[in-house]
Amino acid sequence: MATIELVDVAHSYDGGKSYAVQDINLTWNDGVASALLGPSGCGKTTLLKIISGLLKPSDGKVLLDGEDVTALSPRERNVAQVFQFPVVYETLNVYNNLAFPLRNRKVPEDEIDERVTRVAEILELTPHLKRRAARLGAAEKQRISMGRGIVRADTTAVLFDEPLTVIDPHQKWHLRRKLKELHKELGLTMIYVTHDQQEALTFAEQVTVMNMGEALQTGKPQDLHHRPEAPFVGYFIGSPGMNLFDATPEAQGVRVGDYIVPLSQVPQGDNLQLGIRPEYVEASMDAHDGWLEARVNRASLTGNALMAEVSGAGLNFKVIVPENSPLRSGDTLYVRFPEENTMLYQHGKLATMEAAA
Amino acid sequence: MKQTNQRAWFFLLPALIIVAINAFIPFMTVINYSFIDKLQGLPSFWIGLENYSSVLQNNNFRQAVGRQFAFSFLVLAIQVPLGILISLGMPKKGIGATATLIAIGLPLLIPWQVVGIIWRAFTRSDLGFVPIIFNQFNYNYDAALNSADAWWTVVIMDVWHWTPLIALLCYSGLNAIPDAYYQAARIDGASRLKTFWVVTLPRLRSVLTIGILLRFMDSFRIYIEPTMVTGGGPGNTTAFMSDVLVRQAQAFNFGPAAAMSLIYFYIILIISYVFFQVLTNAGTGSDQPQEA
Repeated sequence: MATIELVDVAHSYDGGKSYAVQDINLTWNDGVASALLGPSGCGKTTLLKIISGLLKPSDGKVLLDGEDVTALSPRERNVAQVFQFPVVYETLNVYNNLAFPLRNRKVPEDEIDERVTRVAEILELTPHLKRRAARLGAAEKQRISMGRGIVRADTTAVLFDEPLTVIDPHQKWHLRRKLKELHKELGLTMIYVTHDQQEALTFAEQVTVMNMGEALQTGKPQDLHHRPEAPFVGYFIGSPGMNLFDATPEAQGVRVGDYIVPLSQVPQGDNLQLGIRPEYVEASMDAHDGWLEARVNRASLTGNALMAEVSGAGLNFKVIVPENSPLRSGDTLYVRFPEENTMLYQHGKLATMEAAA
Repeated sequence: MKQTNQRAWFFLLPALIIVAINAFIPFMTVINYSFIDKLQGLPSFWIGLENYSSVLQNNNFRQAVGRQFAFSFLVLAIQVPLGILISLGMPKKGIGATATLIAIGLPLLIPWQVVGIIWRAFTRSDLGFVPIIFNQFNYNYDAALNSADAWWTVVIMDVWHWTPLIALLCYSGLNAIPDAYYQAARIDGASRLKTFWVVTLPRLRSVLTIGILLRFMDSFRIYIEPTMVTGGGPGNTTAFMSDVLVRQAQAFNFGPAAAMSLIYFYIILIISYVFFQVLTNAGTGSDQPQEA
């Protein structure tokens, strides 16, 4: 069991010309099921390698249970990692694959047997134990990879680097459920890297969103949805993502396009962005005073709701209305951005607010 | 009956003609020769397996076969581990990688005859640098008189000439191993030697199969280099199978020469087959050949 902490971690692959990850200060509490979410190339995998010890960060420290392990090798860390492509030792059978990390650490054979049997049972590999690992399918191979991660009694954390990429869709949900079961049963700290928000949000209790080498926000899936702390988080999470507009401060609110959003608190300065999720935009077919008049360009059904792409006041944005709404293309719609769900960003972060004049 | 189109034969014809001229006709001629007694100016006649039995009883031939096996085994035993070691030490990228590749590949570009000439020059007792170096250590090196010297010279020449082939094949094989395998092995706490056994070597299997087969066949057929350097001597101590065969043919003993070359051919064929089966199945714990 371990709490993982990254303190001021940065890493550069080219000696400081550019940074793959920067200013990372993150904590994973003992036993948490957590996800690292971000687009390809955002530095998720780099961060994972830094935690497992495959990579020594250019700057900063890695702490396991408060102990500085930055200089320790992966072998000395008790952190397991499962890779994107299933790695099995092809010449060994499944049993010997699972026993491999234990044999390397000179664990007595009877203990190895006990651990391997148990892990094989958890991962439903028992019928394959005598088979050569190379002959199994991708899903079984990935289970072997996971098995090698959890077979050691002293494993404190397991890192998953997009482990379901090469797995067939119909096996994916099964493996994902298996992972959740593992987490419940073993109480290990798990960090799951993915670029698939659905995978992240269903697996994890705590999600960290990354972009361009920076950790933008860490929180519960609901928080990331309700209160994205950066425009990128709002845009990346949710489908469709958040509507984002350039904004300028006014006395009673902010101006977006030709429309003034009334706010009780306003930010100062420039480089403002206003964000509102399509599902939080309040919409009505009837005219209201001070509401924005918009034209529906397209309305399409998404699951159990209707998504309307609208334009008005010089803005293009998306609105989600209930499925049974009579909305059609060409209709006129009146909308308003409720203050409690409107986010204001400045320089890519939540803006600081002052009471309106 | 179903009408079939026979025009495809026209497309096959060029290949069939080439294979016939190139392989089939000469091969059949040799088989034919091996069963007849052919003397110049006299009619040939069928003598059954007499040529084969005379060849198999020929001491020169039998010694050459033994020598040939010893030689091939020795050069494989040196070249394969050495080639793997070299490939492991070669830089993976940058200008160093290019430079190493060129330097290592250089011996492969030199024609066999030239290799022979170079090594003869190296080892000549009057002006070669090899005898001079050995003389520094009070060892009187003479490939023309001492058969052990001649043997090692031929073996080392072959190692110098062909280890680069194994090294280059393994190098390409090494570069095709995904990093994740090594990372997983590090996380699993494997030592470097263990990692080599469970990750590197199994993943080099296919290139090594090709390398070992090529090297076995080529070393088994070696002719020009020892002929240039030692002329098969001193005595017959470096006379390999091709050498004995060529001498038979030059003496116009076509029947025994044909029988000899066929025996030679079957030895290579059978051993290559066995090698291939063993190598493709090694460590797979099954009796089925494995998909690449």
